[in-house]
Amino acid sequence: MINRRDFCKKALLVAGGLAIPLTALEIFNPRRLRAEKSGSGKVRWVFLVDTHKCVGCGLCVRACKIENEVPYDANVTRTWVERYVVTKDGKIHVDSPKGALDGFTSTKIDQGAEHPLEIRNEDIDKAFFVPKLCNQCDNPPCVQVCPVGATYQTEDGVVLVDRSWCIGCGYCIMGCPYGVRFFHPVHRVAEKCNFCYHRISKGMKSACVDACPFGARRIGNIKDPNDPVTKIIMTERVAILKEEYGTKPQVFYLGLSREVK
Amino acid sequence: MVHGEAWTIKEFFVYPNEYIYWTIQIVMYPFMTGLVAGAFVLSSLYHVFGVKQLKEIARFSLVFSFALLPVAMMPLMLHLQQPQRGIEVMMTPHFTSAIAAFGIVFTTYAMIVASELWFVYRKYFVDTALELRQLGDKRTPVQNFRHLLYTVLTLGAWDVGEHALEKDEKAVKFLAGLGIPVACFLHGYAGFIFGSVKANALWMTPLMPVIFICSAVVSGIALCIITYVVTMELRKLIYAWQRRNKPYLPSTEELKSAELHVVTMTTKYLVMFLVLAITLELLDLIFRGYTAVKSWDILRKVIYEKDFTKIFILQYGFGNLLPFILLLLPRLTIRRAVAATLMVLVGVFMMRWNVVIGGQAFSASYSGFMEYVLPIWPHDMETFKEGFFGALMVLLTPYVLFYGLTKVMPVFGLKEDSH
Amino acid sequence: MKNHVLRPLFLVIGVVLLFLAARTVLVPADFGVHERGYMYGWYRKGNEAEWKAVKVKYKTVAYCKECHRDKYDDIKSSPHANIECENCHGPALGHPDDPPTLSIDRRREHCIRCHARLPYKTSGRGDIRGINPLTHHVEAECTMCHYPHNPKREVKK
Ligand code: SF4
Ligand code: SF4
Repeated sequence: MINRRDFCKKALLVAGGLAIPLTALEIFNPRRLRAEKSGSGKVRWVFLVDTHKCVGCGLCVRACKIENEVPYDANVTRTWVERYVVTKDGKIHVDSPKGALDGFTSTKIDQGAEHPLEIRNEDIDKAFFVPKLCNQCDNPPCVQVCPVGATYQTEDGVVLVDRSWCIGCGYCIMGCPYGVRFFHPVHRVAEKCNFCYHRISKGMKSACVDACPFGARRIGNIKDPNDPVTKIIMTERVAILKEEYGTKPQVFYLGLSREVK
Repeated sequence: MVHGEAWTIKEFFVYPNEYIYWTIQIVMYPFMTGLVAGAFVLSSLYHVFGVKQLKEIARFSLVFSFALLPVAMMPLMLHLQQPQRGIEVMMTPHFTSAIAAFGIVFTTYAMIVASELWFVYRKYFVDTALELRQLGDKRTPVQNFRHLLYTVLTLGAWDVGEHALEKDEKAVKFLAGLGIPVACFLHGYAGFIFGSVKANALWMTPLMPVIFICSAVVSGIALCIITYVVTMELRKLIYAWQRRNKPYLPSTEELKSAELHVVTMTTKYLVMFLVLAITLELLDLIFRGYTAVKSWDILRKVIYEKDFTKIFILQYGFGNLLPFILLLLPRLTIRRAVAATLMVLVGVFMMRWNVVIGGQAFSASYSGFMEYVLPIWPHDMETFKEGFFGALMVLLTPYVLFYGLTKVMPVFGLKEDSH
Repeated sequence: MKNHVLRPLFLVIGVVLLFLAARTVLVPADFGVHERGYMYGWYRKGNEAEWKAVKVKYKTVAYCKECHRDKYDDIKSSPHANIECENCHGPALGHPDDPPTLSIDRRREHCIRCHARLPYKTSGRGDIRGINPLTHHVEAECTMCHYPHNPKREVKK
């Protein structure tokens, strides 16, 4: 049986509970959750890499590091260039010394802890360079796995990291199949290429695009049918990296070879 | 220095930003949560399923599980780059991430264990508080403090009549039952954190959570057995010494037979879960080899060449097969049981190691390898936190906490206890 | 004393309520679900502006040519036409106010990014005239002999 005293106590409790604003309970609002996924905006940034044009000078890497304040000599980088050398015996040799920050200036292949490998010119079947950067995936697994909402995708498709909110768990680094992310050596939070968000949102191009003398890198807006980059992507044979992960990468490649990892 | 550079050796082609980002502390994390879950499940076997033989070890493992709880958090905090922001996991949880629910599941679990402990010890709290109250003004400052502590701990529930105690017992049963799925969830979900990373060829398997639960239970039981035996040995020593003035204490022989009985019973469960864990792991391995998808080339190199010793010798051989044989041989002795359970612990630890570090032993480009060199002597905070001594600290803390807890909630020698 | 059994539950509820109250204070107001939905758009809106506010360092050739028209014309009529000024002269930042002069990168390492000979027929690199940096006038800076704005022209001594 409930007596008066108990009743008063419980009533007080309920009242106290109600006094907590309902918004406190809102972890997320289901109605807003249905917010349109594809977005209604007019801009969706994409990137186009022409591997035929890249010569491995690494000027893009250098410009990126300076523009985006990633310590120049730190062994991490938002963008990098890979060299592929396929030899007559069918072997694929890949390297990217310091992310090609200083370009490729030797025929020797860097093998990490192993000795550099000298490849004779006559053994080479094909050799080429492939620039890499964040794919600003349409289904970014890195964002999906962030436990605190510190990394996110903007309406125009760029994936950003909130430096004041990231707890530095590294889950997003693990979640990216392209090895794009790393911990910023100074800020100690997750760091990644963001297509130079501060430049593209001012009507400029990303630093790497401007720095490349060979036109191997281009940036564009896929929602604009008149954008030259869009036209190429729509009309030419372009490829993307690691399609099997279902990440829907938005960096498109011309002349991508099957050896590319 | 870039995070990860200090302990990563790269070989052949590895993406420039790839390092071993998840290190020893992430090995410790599932290992410690595993122990928590295992210890709790063990105690519940008595409370819920009434496995009488486990009565002795039940209360013990419950308190121990509670002592382990904060320690399951520790490796996570030590591994975060911004530990002071850790609370954000509760503030703005992003539930599409496997880590997001951790805070919530963990606290729920902690609250269940705490409440269960409260019911188990309520009578003791009340008795002690009343006893100290009777002393009145004659209390020393220490006694004063204890009086206050126990008074608060009773939460104002002073009724220790038969009826009330019966209710306690029911509550314990309920909580222990509720705790089992939560404990399994807590841990299986640690497995999900790895199993759901599609970018990692070694981790991504739906079996991961189940494998994690099984090995968790195995390690939890193993640790309880060892700690139990150690405490029993200590008791024997202490009693032998005290028996001179208190002859009513149990004799060494009595203790020994009781001890053996408990240990034999518990190892039976240990073996059961061990078999389950190994079966699943082997199934996973066979399946990968048979289907041989794109990643198998590099995985095979890691599993059968690079990490052969760690996987087949240390984990399966020394950590699983050997203790399995030792435990199944007839006429189990305490010493052999302890040796075997120690090996099991090593085995489970190696399993965590091989998953966490092994999963990062190859590049996502599938054309290079990374090796983790455990920093032994720390030369800065980072190499301490993610090195040998950081791990050691995590390993030892539960014992310190356990010692502290038993000061408040003694595990042995309660007069006529009901649970 | 009735139903002491619920005591721990009350305690727990109290803690949860306290926490929820704290949460309203501690989470920034603009934190929430934005355009990309809960899965990809759960964040603090204010952060977008923070990223947009990052300082631009490379101002591009359009900026340089406003004052250095002569140099611009010079390089534009050479095989180096596509090389941005800032690639060698360094980012303009606030130049000429801050910094008043830029530091030019004249190191060999800079030139051999392209001109270290790599004989790759299947890549544009193979077509670029190159040297072996280990044997070609090791002691000298490239600009001693080659005029960088127009490598075809004799260097002005
Ligand atoms: S490439 Fe990696 S970091 Fe970039 S959006 Fe995709 S998953 Fe995220
Ligand atoms: S490192 Fe930062 S951005 Fe990445 S998942 Fe963790 S909290 Fe999110």
